[in-house]
Amino acid sequence: MDTNTFLIQVLNGIQYGLLLFLVASGLTLILGIMGIINLAHGSFYMVGAYLAFSLAQHFGSLWLAMAGGVVIAVAIGLLLEWLLISKLYHRDHLYQVLLTYGLILIFEELRSVVFGDDVHGVAIPEMLRASIPLTETLSYPVYRLWMSAVCIVLAIGMYLLIQKTRLGMTIRAGAANREMVQSLGININLLYRLVFALGVALAAFAGMIAAPVASVFPGMGNQVLIVCFVVVVIGGIGSVKGAMLAAILIGLVDTFGKVLTLQIGGVQLLPELSGMMIYVLMAAVLLARPQGLFGKGG
Amino acid sequence: MTSHLLEARGIHTYYGASHILHGVDFSVRPGETVGLMGRNGMGKTTLLRSLLGLTRPRHGEVRIAGADMTQAAPYAIARRGVAYVPEGRGIFPNLSVRENLVMAARAGSGGRRDWTFERVMQTFPRLAQRLRHGGAQLSGGEQQMLTIGRALMTNPDLLILDEATEGLAPKISREIWGIINQIKQAGIAAVIVDKNFAAVSAVADRIVILVKGATVYEGASAELRAQPELHVKYLGV
Repeated sequence: MDTNTFLIQVLNGIQYGLLLFLVASGLTLILGIMGIINLAHGSFYMVGAYLAFSLAQHFGSLWLAMAGGVVIAVAIGLLLEWLLISKLYHRDHLYQVLLTYGLILIFEELRSVVFGDDVHGVAIPEMLRASIPLTETLSYPVYRLWMSAVCIVLAIGMYLLIQKTRLGMTIRAGAANREMVQSLGININLLYRLVFALGVALAAFAGMIAAPVASVFPGMGNQVLIVCFVVVVIGGIGSVKGAMLAAILIGLVDTFGKVLTLQIGGVQLLPELSGMMIYVLMAAVLLARPQGLFGKGG
Repeated sequence: MTSHLLEARGIHTYYGASHILHGVDFSVRPGETVGLMGRNGMGKTTLLRSLLGLTRPRHGEVRIAGADMTQAAPYAIARRGVAYVPEGRGIFPNLSVRENLVMAARAGSGGRRDWTFERVMQTFPRLAQRLRHGGAQLSGGEQQMLTIGRALMTNPDLLILDEATEGLAPKISREIWGIINQIKQAGIAAVIVDKNFAAVSAVADRIVILVKGATVYEGASAELRAQPELHVKYLGV
């Protein structure tokens, strides 16, 4: 592998990782802070992609579609938390798994009824359609760089929100002691509704920006969901910082697992077993740190 | 009777099937310090939790500053000017000392902002030196100070302290009682649950004793001090 190919794969890996981070950060917050196992989180990614697809057709602009899509995603998040998730806080994880799995089925069925089961494409906006030439034969699409930039901006924004603002302090405090937060005069139910909606919006937004490069297809949410749970577990449940590091790690491992070749004792390991690589990574991390990279305690 | 800051009537509270409070009446006037005493398991903490909306009474009424708060959410009760320092302290171990304080900051009733971050720092110089530390890194006494300081950041009219000096070294314990006195001087009403009769009766205007979920004694601290036979009977001291 020459340097240019290597660099491109690094960029691809990081970009994929950053995209995973958008989905996984919401998942880790909802799990770590609110204590909810949300299997439907991948569905929000799919919802975002289909919103981008349909709204872009309607508005004729992906930008407007994204703006409108985020508003709709926040509304979906607020509604679902109020209607369903808020009933699950004091319930066992099994109830949460059952309900959110039910949501996956409902979202998939709705998708099938409204959009059918075909694969759709979303056009890259005109202004980002260019490629940056690296050598005579290799170039890198501007849209992918833009995606990474947006993800980084959102990640920094989330970091500041959670670490530096009073809202963030309150959210973290709620993870430690819900009752005490309420006794300080803070409406924690409202706070959690906002956190959930934020998580939904991030996942949906990830689906929207990924739509032009990954296309829009049935079951796309479930694929992302599983990888994102791996990210959450590696990063440490509830840790946004951990989710960031783990997402990049997964992005790189997954990308390089597909392009590297590795042969041991006449057995072709890579890229044949590339699909296993992220799980091998997860197992390795868990062996060394069962609580994940940034997890709290044992 | 709107002259009461907090007024509870006929409180019956259950934990599952067990009947803990049997029709307790309890009230606090503005600026008054009330000592709530009794042996372990007599319902002191349950009464506090019933007042705070954390454990719902099955019967009875809780009024705070004149408004019926019996069914109100805990945060709404807190917002009427009630701050809670729970048994076991309830600091947020994953937040720094500064964050523990800042996240609670709020104007009190009528927009009062007597207790600023600076004033809390002056009241608790020990905390001022440890602002960047995590809540879990503090000693027991410091954690207690942090919880009281955090409660003051909400500019309360009424501070509820459950076993604030439990398990603390005598020296630290005296420091906490000194702070409780300062809070009293600042005009904040308080309900103090503690086993140290001498310390409670020194600061409290009035003392209420619970036995098996019912009020058995209610009167001025000085009066109870003069009746040592009651201490033996109700408090086991």
